[in-house]
Formats: sequence, C-alpha cells, structure tokens
Amino acid sequence: MTPAMTDDETQGMAYPKPPITARIGKVASRIASYLQAVPLALILGFFFLLPILMIAVVSFWDYDFAGLYPDFLTMNYTDTLGSWVTWKTYLNTLKYTALVWGLTLLIGFWVAYFLAFHIRTTTMQMVLFLVCTVPFLTSNIIRMISWIPVLGRNGLVNTTLIEMGIIPSPIEWLLYSDFAVVLAMVHLNTLFMVTPIFNTLMRIDRSLIEAARDAGANGWQILWNVIIPLAKPGIAIGSIFVVTLVMADFSTVQVMSGGQSASVALMMKNQMSLLQYPAAAANAVVLLIVVLLMVAAILRVVDIRKEL
Amino acid sequence: MSHEKRTLEFYVLAAFFTLFVLFLYGPLSAVFILSFQGPDGGLTFPLNGVSVHWFFNLFEQQAVGDFGASFKRSFSLGLMVMIVNVVVSLLAGLAFRRKFKGSTVLFYLTVASLVVPSIIISLGIGVVFQQFGLKPAWYSSAFGAHLTWTLPFGVLIMFAVFNRFSPAYEEAARDLGATSWQTFAHVVLPMIAPSLIGVGLFGFTLSYDEFARTLMTSGTYNTLPLEIYGMTTNVTTPVLYALGTVTTLFSFSIILLALAIILVMRRRQAKVV
Repeated sequence: MTPAMTDDETQGMAYPKPPITARIGKVASRIASYLQAVPLALILGFFFLLPILMIAVVSFWDYDFAGLYPDFLTMNYTDTLGSWVTWKTYLNTLKYTALVWGLTLLIGFWVAYFLAFHIRTTTMQMVLFLVCTVPFLTSNIIRMISWIPVLGRNGLVNTTLIEMGIIPSPIEWLLYSDFAVVLAMVHLNTLFMVTPIFNTLMRIDRSLIEAARDAGANGWQILWNVIIPLAKPGIAIGSIFVVTLVMADFSTVQVMSGGQSASVALMMKNQMSLLQYPAAAANAVVLLIVVLLMVAAILRVVDIRKEL
Repeated sequence: MSHEKRTLEFYVLAAFFTLFVLFLYGPLSAVFILSFQGPDGGLTFPLNGVSVHWFFNLFEQQAVGDFGASFKRSFSLGLMVMIVNVVVSLLAGLAFRRKFKGSTVLFYLTVASLVVPSIIISLGIGVVFQQFGLKPAWYSSAFGAHLTWTLPFGVLIMFAVFNRFSPAYEEAARDLGATSWQTFAHVVLPMIAPSLIGVGLFGFTLSYDEFARTLMTSGTYNTLPLEIYGMTTNVTTPVLYALGTVTTLFSFSIILLALAIILVMRRRQAKVV
C-alpha cells in the first residue's frame, strides 16, 4: 500500500456517512424530480412521440377508399419518390424556404441590431420590442387575409400607382402569385428571427466593441468580425424556426397563391382530405427527414447549446 | 457607446425600423378600416360609406359560418391549454433544475416537438385516434395537438428563468425554518410569477390562433381559425374583415391584460425589495 492510498482511506473515514435524514431527503428530491417531469413526458409521449411512430408504421400500410390495412409495402414511398410532381413540389418548397430565410434574416438582423445598439433606454427597447412582438400573437390567417385589400387587383398598391400615373393598368402578379406567398411568409415569420437575434445581441459585452474600436476597427469591421460572430447562435435559432415553419407551410401557400402553387405540406393535406393516410404518412416521413437534416446542418455550423 | 452623437447609421436604421413596423401593421389597419365598409361596399378600397353593418351581419346571419359557437370553442380550448401549459411547464422547469435520468432525452423531445412540422403532428394524432377507435374532438385530440406546440415554449421559458434564478433566496428561506412547500409558495412562486403569466399568455394566444395542428384533430366541430380559413375561400363580403377586426382586437386585449398584470407584479416586487 502506498502512503497516498492510506491517506485516501483516512480521508474517507474522516467523513462519516451523511445522516439518514439527509439521504432520505436526497432520494425524495430525486423522486420529486421524476414526479415533476411526468406530466410533460406523458403529454409529449402520447401526443408527439406516439403519433410520429404511428406515421412511420402507417406509411408502410396498404389502403383503399374503405380503410387502412396493416401491411409492409414500400409502395407509398416508391409512389411518392418516383413521381415527378413530388420533386417539383419539393423544389418549389425549397425555393420558398431559401427566399424567406434570406429575407427574414436580412430584415430580422437589422431590426434586432437597431433595437439592441441604437435604442438607449431599456424601457424604450422593451416598448419597441413589444411593438414588433404583438402581431405575432394574433391570427396568422387574418394577417394573410389582410394583404388582399392591399395587393388585390383594385387594392391599395394598384390604385395608388395608377392614380400617380406610374402604371397604366393594375399589376396582376401582386396577389395570388409566388410574390404574394413570399411576402406573406416574410410578414408572418420575421419575428422568429428578430427575437433570438435581439436576445444574443443584448448579451454581447459592450466593452468588446469598445476594444475593437480602440484597436482601430471601423464600423463594418466591428460588425463583421465582432458582432456577427457573437450573434451566430441567435441567427441559428431564428433560422431553425423560419426553415421548419416555411418547409411545413400549407395555408400561406394555398391562400396567397390562390391555389396556383404547391408545397409539400399542401400536397400532404390534399392526400389527407382524400383519406389517403398511408400516402400522406410516407410524404410526412420524407418531409420529416428533410427538415431534421436541415436542422442538423444548421446545428453543425453553429453550436447553440450554450444559449439554452 | 450610449453617449455619442446620433450617427447617419442611426437615421438609416430608424427609417428601416419604421418601415418594418408599417409593414407589420399596415395591412392589419387596412382590414380594420375596411371592416367599417358601408352596406354596399366591397372587399377593397374605397370606402363606400361608413357603417357597422358588417359587425351586425357577423352576429346575426348564420349562413356565413357559426362564428359564435366556434369562438366559444376556441376560447375554452385556449383557457384549457393556458392552464395546463402553466402547470406542466412550471413542474418541468422545477424538475430540470436537478439532473435526473432521462432529463436530456426529455429535453430534446421537448425541442423536437417545436421543430417537427405541425401538419405531421396533426396527421399523426389523427391516425392514432382513428386506429385506437377514439373520436377526435377539439377538447381531446386538438387539445393535445396544441400542447405539443405551446409546451416547448413554456418549458424553454421556465428553463431560462430557472437558469438565472439564484438558489440563495431558497437557502435563506430554509435557514429561517421554512418548509420546502413554504419556500416554494412564498419565495419561489412570487418571484417567477411574471414569467408564469408570460407562459400562460403564450399558451392562450398560440392555441387561440393555431390552425395547422387543429386541421386533422378538431373532429366534427370547427375552432375559430378553421372557421375563418373556410371563410377565406367562400366569403366575398367585408364580413370577413369584421371578423378579423373582432378577433384581432380580442387578441390585443388579452395581450394588454397580461402585460398589465406583469407590470403590476413587477411594481409590487420592486416595492418589497
């Protein structure tokens, strides 16, 4: 036996076992943790995990107009992936996602930047932040509909432009077009970008910016080399929100394109209304994999764990 | 940085921010103005007289859709989601303060619930209810579907709150002889109460406006957003705008109420401390 080990032993003996009440307390607090976590686990288990597993199972089933039949077919997948329409729809959905992501990031960043660095009092910051947040807590569908009187054939934009003599006849592509879809999506989702970016910008130590300035950096250098790298976690969280919401959107596409454009979720919705659940389920599995891969890609670029 | 003179950057960004706010509120105000359209007016400007005709129309005529009943359903569902959201998020927030077996899995499950597309959850719950022979209804399947969207927000808010919560207050209470229940009820709860109001507000408004998750799960009777969605395709009178104005004003008053409560609580706390 080395002296060091005896040392350890004596040390071990020097600390008596904790009294029985403390040990009971420890066990009790562990049980309490479990009991406190049970409601969340049950709700997510039944309404989230089980449905997802069920979709995975049903996607291999057979079906006809009368019902679903347990089976193990890959038909639903080969039908979905073998169809030119599916690929075109994915391409269209990805196009919306890329456009909306780019625009919300651009707008969201500058709005958050203005709030975080140019508004001097906390009260004013909070007031302006709330001004941005309130519409997010109202109905998405109403906010979509609200574009109709603005963009319609006889809407505000067209009538104003005609009265000013800029255009001779109404612009047709303002409403019920890809333009309208992207505009409405940006309108609905920019707040998801503003909030997390604002949050990270507020946590940036202002002395870092002072230091960069003292070292001779100009405004753009500070923005590019100090602020944006530190804002990355917020940008990542906002991007996850926007990308997952736009990839899964069907109502904006349906209402704003007037039924002329398609998205993956809209395709699923149509299959669901025809009671083709296994086909919709196969689509759901593919969409889920695509969305999770996109989230994983974002998380690979930026580590957001320390933000939580 | 805060005592410098305003730069050009400030004015450019201020203009940009103003445009952004106009972009957010402009279309909504168009709906608001047009809901006061005269009885002969249409869906677009100009106003053809000013009246509250369409508001009366909303409450009288049943052909437009059953606005009253669907509002009641959405309101009750919102309250149910709000209460469960507050209680479950609070409990989960307390649980996550200690590491326990499975805590990481449960946390990732919560985050995943936020990321998985709404329509997939809607389809999944629909299929589960169908296969188990349960009848979907707004108070069962749609209720659960809404919780998968509101709970992650609630849990993440509580997570953030407890991450910044100093245990010193609880230790002080315990040293003064408070039981763990007394510590919770008289020390912890009053301190986190404003955040809980926020969690409740999120629960109510997100549920009240939720659409995609209700689609396959509402059963026979529509909630308000489903009713409005149906109206977008077959209603061609300003009654749609009247409905939009009424529900938006309702949402605004709920938000203001919650903010007022939070403000009063903060004031009272500031006085005590």
